[in-house]
Amino acid sequence: MNNEIKLEFDAISANESFARVAVAAFVTPVNPTLEELADVKTAVSEAVTNAIIHGYDGRQGKVLLHCILRERTLHIEVKDTGKGIENVEKAMEPLFTTRPELDRSGMGFSFMEAFMDDLQVLSEPGAGTCVVMKKRFADMSSEPHEE
Amino acid sequence: MDERFHIIDDYLMIRMPEEIDHHQAAALSEQADRYILEEPVKHIVFDFEDTRFMDSSGVGVVIGRYKKIACFGGNVYAVNADRQIRRIIRISGLKKVLKLVEEDTDE
Repeated sequence: MNNEIKLEFDAISANESFARVAVAAFVTPVNPTLEELADVKTAVSEAVTNAIIHGYDGRQGKVLLHCILRERTLHIEVKDTGKGIENVEKAMEPLFTTRPELDRSGMGFSFMEAFMDDLQVLSEPGAGTCVVMKKRFADMSSEPHEE
Repeated sequence: MDERFHIIDDYLMIRMPEEIDHHQAAALSEQADRYILEEPVKHIVFDFEDTRFMDSSGVGVVIGRYKKIACFGGNVYAVNADRQIRRIIRISGLKKVLKLVEEDTDE
């Protein structure tokens, strides 16, 4: 199965659930397990939330979600044109957050790393951030069908 | 939404929503904090029975509330956490402070 979607939406928190549900729907043809589906939804939710809270910091903007499915591998890009990240390495440290007053746990990138097979964060201060993630879905076709 | 909060003795019981993300988190924390401030709350029980999705924003909600009661010797507990929620609790390190009660049956 090869497929591709590009979605652009406003950087508002109501769209966090829209984004993860859209990606979940996009990957249904490859029959992901419940766990794989939860992994992808969580990672997308984290990346989109970062774009909204940190990238745009509550200001207006657009988030671009680009998904490509090649056989059983999903490539996801979550891109914003917000303020960017000064120090990507630091931002990716577990528990690091620039917004403790918002009750942010500092686990966003750690979750993306834990739940996806590959994570790259490209960012330029003043220009924006692009999070690139990859997930390979296990081939369950030889397994007996559920139900 | 207030029926999600109950006080039993010095326990605040919070029935968590179906999805806990950044969009839901602020209102949830705010309401919980009002109870913590106005009622004699010592411990908090997070009930995940309805919860099907939680990301790191949910972890922030739990840690933030824990910080508010920990200095008075309070504890935080999780009940009815499904497999996915338990995974989030484990991977985030939340397990160090959040006590999982009544493990779900297998899966």
